[in-house]
Amino acid sequence: MIQQLVDGVLVGSFLSLGAIGLTLVMHILRFANFSHAELLSIGAYVALVFDKLFEALLPVFATKIGPLSMDWALVLALFASIGITALSAVVIDRLVFARVREKGGELSMVFASFGMALIIRNVIGLIFGLQSVLYSDEIAFAMVLSRDPLLLVKPDQVFVLIAALAIMVGLHFVLSRTTFGFALRAVAENPALAQIHGVNLKRMIMIVWLLGGGLAAAAGVFYGLSYQISPVMGRDLVLPIFAATIVGGIGSVYGAVLGGFVVGIASNIALSILPSGYSPSVPFLMILLVLLIRPHGLFGEARA
Amino acid sequence: MIGVISYLVFFSTVAAILAIAVLGLNLQWGNTGLFNGGVVASFGAGAYGTLLLGGSAQAGHLGGYELAYPVALLGGLIFAGVLAWVIGVLTLRLRHDYLAIATFGVAVAFENLMRNATWLAGGAQGLRGFERPLRQTLGDGFLYNVAFFAFVLALLVLTYVFLERLTASPFGRMLRAIREDETAARSLGKSPSRARLVAFVTGSVIIGLSGALYATFYAFVSPQDILPILTFQIWAMLIVGGAGNNRGAMFGAFLIWGAWSVSGWALARFAPVEAQLFTGSIQFILIGAVIVGMLLWRPQGLFPERLIVSQPGDFSTTKP
Repeated sequence: MIQQLVDGVLVGSFLSLGAIGLTLVMHILRFANFSHAELLSIGAYVALVFDKLFEALLPVFATKIGPLSMDWALVLALFASIGITALSAVVIDRLVFARVREKGGELSMVFASFGMALIIRNVIGLIFGLQSVLYSDEIAFAMVLSRDPLLLVKPDQVFVLIAALAIMVGLHFVLSRTTFGFALRAVAENPALAQIHGVNLKRMIMIVWLLGGGLAAAAGVFYGLSYQISPVMGRDLVLPIFAATIVGGIGSVYGAVLGGFVVGIASNIALSILPSGYSPSVPFLMILLVLLIRPHGLFGEARA
Repeated sequence: MIGVISYLVFFSTVAAILAIAVLGLNLQWGNTGLFNGGVVASFGAGAYGTLLLGGSAQAGHLGGYELAYPVALLGGLIFAGVLAWVIGVLTLRLRHDYLAIATFGVAVAFENLMRNATWLAGGAQGLRGFERPLRQTLGDGFLYNVAFFAFVLALLVLTYVFLERLTASPFGRMLRAIREDETAARSLGKSPSRARLVAFVTGSVIIGLSGALYATFYAFVSPQDILPILTFQIWAMLIVGGAGNNRGAMFGAFLIWGAWSVSGWALARFAPVEAQLFTGSIQFILIGAVIVGMLLWRPQGLFPERLIVSQPGDFSTTKP
């Protein structure tokens, strides 16, 4: 049970990162973006490309970092990927969502996001092949934290958790201490009133996409480090990430963080009860449970 | 020649079956503005329900009640309706996109359950042992397929007439009123959440009918038949045809199913061997591109909704 709990916390760390971006987009642009999880795939694959590139160009960086299976090239690639994925989120918005937004209602955007998810996922499959890949072929041995009860943790997982928590703490300070953070919260509360007070709505939307894309890239790389990268990882992650936003309450960044950990832990504990084949259903059951008990999530507010 | 005709009958049967599902979705999305992200859940509920009730006994899982076909069909539709009702009750009073997420989730969970629960409906092996109705009299050949096509076509026409009358009725006007301005509809004493629930369940039952016919046609259903791509295909059909327009919806079903079949055939025939593995990906990209492209360049579809004005004034003289 403790093993499941620990694994759940580790899964929760990248679910939370994905959910923060999604909850911001859902709150400010008011649509459920089904292509958000594809940003995680983009991030993971961009990092893979840059990882190989840096390793080839600068062999110095191809050395492992301590006990981790990742090398310095991947750390650099992570930053490159955050930048490129953030930009691609903005580009996708400019090309598709912004135009649909001007023409139709919020639900047309949901349609468009499904279409975009289908396109992105399969283009990635065409380019990189349908099989799954790893950042490093070396086997990362798990550390035995305790023998009774048996508790195994891989060094990579510890790194992922620490890095994710660091990103979240950084984000917390940005949102609660900077003018940008206040402007973002103002836009989320009331876009029209925020504009009257001189907040540039178009720029805020762009920054939300940059933020969501960057966090998704980090989440995608962390997912790839913990498991493996595959073109269908977006398909497998879309429901858990939605579950995290709904558990936390749409629009709440802190709710998304907590929701990610709740979903991660619950999915892993459910695996010790249910056969593992049922794991894709667990996020859906959690959504149903939240809708039954507390429809607006832990930190959400009622809003039509 | 007989080969071509027999393929055309086969093609038209599947397209007509899918057209019924598109009509059901049109009631939800086109007329009421409800986003159903899990069309396959209703489709699968109708398919599995009918085969479980009407099939012969199979070792290792439920089913084999061998009910008469109309009873089995009705059971499948009720199953689809109950499933939609549960989802609708939970989500329709919330923000619009909760329905999208919950329906998407139910489709994933339904496919997941059917794939894993071997004791329930055969798991990944699918559900066999179903005797197609009237097989004794009509045999298995061309005659049966023509008769079945006529049966599907009759149900398609019936569904079309039912929906046309429903949307022209006061209830249909109320649905459009709610879609356009919920607050205004509420101020007139209408209950949006109840009307939405009725429309959602009715649409899902129609989609369930489509699934039941699909399963009857193949006398088999497996988790492979209820993959999420079917939801996207049915959407593409509705968006291309024109949301809110029943004739457009049916036209879209034939057009997209035709394009899907032709593209699949062309890729299998002309694509190099090493690219064959990716034909699925290419077709999925095409469906995604059709959805996004239509939303960008012609959101009203090929056949836009004809807006009915209840008391038409003489607009010809008052043009600005």
